Amino acid sequence: MRLDPRRLSLSARRIAIVIRREIRDQFRDWRIFTPIVILTVVFPSLMTFTAERMIAYVNSTGGTLDSERLAPFLMMVVGFFPISVSLALALESFVGEKERLTLEPLLATPLSDLELFVGKALASMLTPIVSSQLGILVYLGGVYAQTGWLPAPGLYLQIALLAVVQAAVMVSAAVVISSQVTSVRAANLLASFVIIPFAMLIQGLAVLMLWGELNLLWWIMLGLAAVLTGLWRMGVRLFRREELLGRELDQLDLRAGWRFFAEAFRGERRAGEGFGGWYRREVLGAVARTRLPIGVMAVVLLVGTGVGYAEAAQYRLPEALTRDVAFGDVASRFDETGISSLSGAIWIFLNNVRAIGLASLAGMASWGVLALLLLMLPLGIAGFLSGQLASFGVNGAVFFSAFVLPHGIFEIPAALIAGGAILRMSTSFLAPPPGRSIGEAWLLSVADWARIYLLVVVPLLFLAALAEAFVTPQVVVAVLGR
Amino acid sequence: MIVAHQLTKQFDSFAAVQGISLEVPAGSVLALLGPNGAGKTTTIRMLTSILKPTTGWARIAGLDVVEQAEEVRRRVGVLTEHHGLYARMRSEEYLRFFGELYGLERDVIRRRSAQLLEQFGLADARTKRLGEYSKGMRQKLALIRVMLHDPDVLVLDEPTSAMDPVSVRAVRDAIAALRAERRTILLCTHNLHEAEGLADQIAIIRRGKIIERGTPPELKRKLLGPTVFELQLAAPLNGLAATLAQRLDVIGVGETWLRYRTDAPERDNPTTIAWLAEQGAPVLGLAEVGRSLEEVYLQVVEANDAS
Repeated sequence: MRLDPRRLSLSARRIAIVIRREIRDQFRDWRIFTPIVILTVVFPSLMTFTAERMIAYVNSTGGTLDSERLAPFLMMVVGFFPISVSLALALESFVGEKERLTLEPLLATPLSDLELFVGKALASMLTPIVSSQLGILVYLGGVYAQTGWLPAPGLYLQIALLAVVQAAVMVSAAVVISSQVTSVRAANLLASFVIIPFAMLIQGLAVLMLWGELNLLWWIMLGLAAVLTGLWRMGVRLFRREELLGRELDQLDLRAGWRFFAEAFRGERRAGEGFGGWYRREVLGAVARTRLPIGVMAVVLLVGTGVGYAEAAQYRLPEALTRDVAFGDVASRFDETGISSLSGAIWIFLNNVRAIGLASLAGMASWGVLALLLLMLPLGIAGFLSGQLASFGVNGAVFFSAFVLPHGIFEIPAALIAGGAILRMSTSFLAPPPGRSIGEAWLLSVADWARIYLLVVVPLLFLAALAEAFVTPQVVVAVLGR
Repeated sequence: MIVAHQLTKQFDSFAAVQGISLEVPAGSVLALLGPNGAGKTTTIRMLTSILKPTTGWARIAGLDVVEQAEEVRRRVGVLTEHHGLYARMRSEEYLRFFGELYGLERDVIRRRSAQLLEQFGLADARTKRLGEYSKGMRQKLALIRVMLHDPDVLVLDEPTSAMDPVSVRAVRDAIAALRAERRTILLCTHNLHEAEGLADQIAIIRRGKIIERGTPPELKRKLLGPTVFELQLAAPLNGLAATLAQRLDVIGVGETWLRYRTDAPERDNPTTIAWLAEQGAPVLGLAEVGRSLEEVYLQVVEANDAS
């Protein structure tokens, strides 16, 4: 696609017109203006005082509180608060105009869908970003005046950028929600999909910053930037003036949803075709459609195994435990657990089915991230144990081959395919196929996930459980000779 | 001009518009009449490139409403069902915002705004926030917004709703002036008197279909029968009424008046007056009996409901 400079300039001008009006409107409403001013000016001053008192109190009790860790953490907090309040602006950016009946005249102007979306999204983003940066500066000014502490330029840049990326992600998510619902009430209810992940993220960031692992912040920013890209792609792709005016009710029609899902699950029915033909076309076809997320999952599992192996050098298990695994009587351990039995196989099977079921639910609530982490964990632990054993001279590859591979032949593909399907299902709403709503796109991917889970993953897990119960112990004993 | 061919719009299982075709030549006004939920607003939204038709096509000023949507929206002035004013703005700022979106230069916006605000009697309200405007003032400002970029085609949904009689007159005069400037106007209204007064053509829409169309006289003739005239005499009719009943389609008689229906008034009226003069019965007056568009509308809608 060729970019026309005149067209770009015209679009930029129109976007600027939309942004200017929105910003003016925001600052004319005291209900928006007042909290932003409080959180930009008053709250950081209060935080400066709090920081100073905390350090003084801890020092007075004989403890030490490292200001190099506390001050950046509080800097992040003061940068985050104005963003959270500005979320209300973004949540009503489209649907608020729809409710106030001001949207249609705007849609009747020459503004394109893209210009309108970008203008609204940038306008919603500008105030929180500026206020969060100002908040950080007010806080730093206060800290410097009281303690003479200033962050290193790199640290300042890190926290300031983190605040910008957080604002951009939160606001973009809220704008996307606003453009897809039919009432401000619905937008506010759906805001929990933004607030809850961010509450978790802030807790994680707090731990990292107080722990002093500031380098990890770059990775988190990278992750947030990826989410931001996804959100903008989704927002631009889904934004249609047609949809904004066409929908009047957010009606939950469970029966219609179920019918749609059931039809998608059954897929195309061809006369005279047996189960085999249907399975090849609809089930293996669904696996083929999931090849890209499966590829992502493979990379993640490899990385997880590698990270587990590498971490073994840093975090040592008690020597006695490692020695027992490396040189102990493995055969009797297997006998004690009773794993090599039908009940053992059933237990393994049910455990794995449940684990992948839970990973699916967790993935749905976290855009696939928690599913990736959960599915990465077993191989990460296997890698970690291989690393531990390697330090005692046991060949890690041999251990891995004996303990994991016999059943891993089935279990690892099952994890890869399931993980891919979960990843696809939990991100399907980012880019629905043309002509499909978010709900339809999601139901289609859930139908694919269900076919894959029930008809590919569960059978593989069944075979894996049998192998783990009856083959793996034999291989381990044969290889390790104990 | 506006041309639409077999436009349909489907929302899931609901067909809001089902095969509407219409043509509004430059310099004329088409009034789209119909009960609430008949499909008027959806039709307008499709014609102004806000909604895409499910099937069919439409052209505004020669531009395709789907393929050249942005240009269509630039060339059309749309008064939407709801005025859509930003309550915290003032009139000039509001008009500047929309003027800039339509690509007008600032001095053009200033000049046109001042002129239109004056024309519609809003010049004195410049310092007020739009949230403080009365309903009629809001409607007038919305109409000014529509006219600001001097569009070739205007689509007006209920332009005089909530207005006082003086404002209504101002708006109707403005519409008439726009027609005189050869603008194409599509008017949606529930005010049948307004439609009759302003429109060159009427289309009655019901359940997403146009069920009747024509000029107001054509519709009246078609649906209410030939034109009715009332003859007033200076003296009692006496025996003349019986003779007149043989010459004309008489539908009512009084002591000094008589009503008849005719398809050819240019033939029947002069000969009747001449005959009465010959009989020594001086005619005080001869006038068409007013039949409102409302009668036409109600008849069409009720007939459609019954079918």
